[in-house]
Amino acid sequence: MNIHEYQAKQLFKQFGVAVPEGDPCDTPEEARAIADRLVAGGSEMLVVKSQIHAGGRGKGTFKSGFQGGVKLSKSPDEIEDYARKMLGEVLVTKQTGEDGRLVSKLLVADAPEIKKELYFAVMLDRGTSQPLVMASTEGGVDIEEVAESTPEKIVKEWIDPARGLYPYQARKVAAALGLGGKLINSASKLIMATYKTWWECDASMVEINPLCIIEDSDGNQSIMAVDAKMSFDDNALYRHQDIQDMRDLAEEAELEIEASKFDLNYIKLDGNIACLVNGAGLAMATMDIIKHFGGEPANFLDVGGGASKEQVAAAFKIILSDPNVEGILVNIFGGIMDCNVIATGIVAAVKETGLKLPLVVRLEGNNVEAGKQTLSESGLTIVTGESMADAAQKIVAKVAADSGEEAADEEAGE
Amino acid sequence: MAILVTPETKILVQGITGGFGGRHAKLSIDYGSQVVAGVTPGKGGQTFDHGDTSVPIFDTVAEAVAETGATTSAVFVPPPFAADAILEGTDAGLDLVVAITEGIPVRDMVRVKRAMEGCSTRLIGPNCPGIVTPGMGEDSHGGCRIGISPGYIHKPGNIGVVSRSGTLTYEAVFQLTSRDVGQSTCVGIGGDPVNGTSHIDVIKMFMEDKDTHGIIMIGEIGGDAEEEAAAWIKENGTKPVAGFIAGTTAPPGRRMGHAGAIVSGGKGTAEAKIEAFKGAGIGVAETPSEMADTLLKMM
Repeated sequence: MNIHEYQAKQLFKQFGVAVPEGDPCDTPEEARAIADRLVAGGSEMLVVKSQIHAGGRGKGTFKSGFQGGVKLSKSPDEIEDYARKMLGEVLVTKQTGEDGRLVSKLLVADAPEIKKELYFAVMLDRGTSQPLVMASTEGGVDIEEVAESTPEKIVKEWIDPARGLYPYQARKVAAALGLGGKLINSASKLIMATYKTWWECDASMVEINPLCIIEDSDGNQSIMAVDAKMSFDDNALYRHQDIQDMRDLAEEAELEIEASKFDLNYIKLDGNIACLVNGAGLAMATMDIIKHFGGEPANFLDVGGGASKEQVAAAFKIILSDPNVEGILVNIFGGIMDCNVIATGIVAAVKETGLKLPLVVRLEGNNVEAGKQTLSESGLTIVTGESMADAAQKIVAKVAADSGEEAADEEAGE
Repeated sequence: MAILVTPETKILVQGITGGFGGRHAKLSIDYGSQVVAGVTPGKGGQTFDHGDTSVPIFDTVAEAVAETGATTSAVFVPPPFAADAILEGTDAGLDLVVAITEGIPVRDMVRVKRAMEGCSTRLIGPNCPGIVTPGMGEDSHGGCRIGISPGYIHKPGNIGVVSRSGTLTYEAVFQLTSRDVGQSTCVGIGGDPVNGTSHIDVIKMFMEDKDTHGIIMIGEIGGDAEEEAAAWIKENGTKPVAGFIAGTTAPPGRRMGHAGAIVSGGKGTAEAKIEAFKGAGIGVAETPSEMADTLLKMM
């Protein structure tokens, strides 16, 4: 699960990670009020930031034509004006895709004087099964590019989960970033607190980009998390009600939310051949084989190991809600589950939804003969595939033939 | 011979009184596996009955081991209690703990893995279908089935199968059996980012097992366990290995069902894994339909 920047900063505050003063809001008036309060508190520069679960906001463009999902200003008037231009508008960034995301919340915050931008993150290193702290002197840019072009500029420190992060390790990282003198203590405190946030919250990833050396009006320097990005381990959410409450359904695809209600694992893709499969690995492999034979998968859909009739019905409805879908491939390896139960579920779902699109079913496993009989006796035009390859080739060919006919019809009509 | 488990292996089931654990304990008994004990705290002294078989239930793994000589455990307990259950099996000195449970928090597994360092107990999983060493009876009856795999699709023989995915394992096993080719042992190592045993561990065991003559290795996007295994095979491999990687079409940044199946930061792509396989002389199945044929052509 992902959360917004303002929520991540709220968590950071709780754990003692320094962040700029600021608050979220949903109206221009509130934005104005926060800006006024910050100015009264001594802020010399303010920032208003669109809250969406995607990066590249600063360089993004609103569909209204307004440039920039992050704006700086000294004036609360101007902050209010920017807020008016952002709220209720759709922001397109390099990470959102062309559909963009609706901005319905903003973060208005103090924009401190930044002396240097750094990078800092905590994540799991799968290779060692240990937490990993990663930092770089190259902040504010795409860290993947840094890792690619100048890997020597990335500092890594692995943490033994049995003893946790020690302050000396945090100081080691800070020193490697060139943070000496007073800054080393400010940095080590922030690194310790960030790690604690990651560990205690069961985060998958906590990323601060940029982590900044800032300077106040008296010339005192310190370290602060100017941006914050967090994602969490879904399997651990049951023990973090506060984080579950931060879930923003508006950021998730509607069909995916609907699927999760039925314990279905669905991810929408851009193709036109839908698939319904049991098991995550087989579901991925089914997408791959559709592509291999020249088709484009419309989705990933894992109905799980013990799929019920109801789940199959729900899965069909979800698949058919995608207007791009022109054909369906069902691939079930029923090792333990009864293939006939699945077949009955498919027949019921086809009748209920009045399916007109081509459907190819490949069933294998327990009680498969009865399942195939159920399909053939249903009176429906369900094509069966003998193997994954056979089924995939059949659905790709059928969809191609149908769209060929459509094209021919259109030409004939002209 | 086989790896990890044989038809004689004595199995205990942690969580045998739960719906999921109970159902699969019965299927293992039906398959002819030696299910000798169940463990459910608070239900010690009761029995788990199926047909003519009556399996004693214990409060603790240590008691079950002392009373029955069980050496291997199948963990079916729900995610919040699974890490504890795995460590209880480790503490009781089991040879092998197979964690079937899906949905264990990563942080719990990070701690479990650290706690198990230096222990003699091997962990398989979590979030895995388990292990099958096929037996000599009809439909491979009499083998050792630990977990949730369909036993009847197997056939005793000389091909080792290792995979992160359950249903893709069944697919590979089914392809082999349909071609009248049997398996030595089939191991599902699980789809989580932190697991007890990785591809390379199982591959090493298969290479040492005199009854395994060829190996199918099934991987998927996420992490670099497949690359690690491929690098080892390139240097040390002595038997033909064929493989398949699922997720060529998976969009980056999205978790494809399995908690560990994600391409993040450009890492863990199917392309990189396939490249590593090819570079190591591993036969790559173009489609999942060709896993068995790809291996058989190499043998």
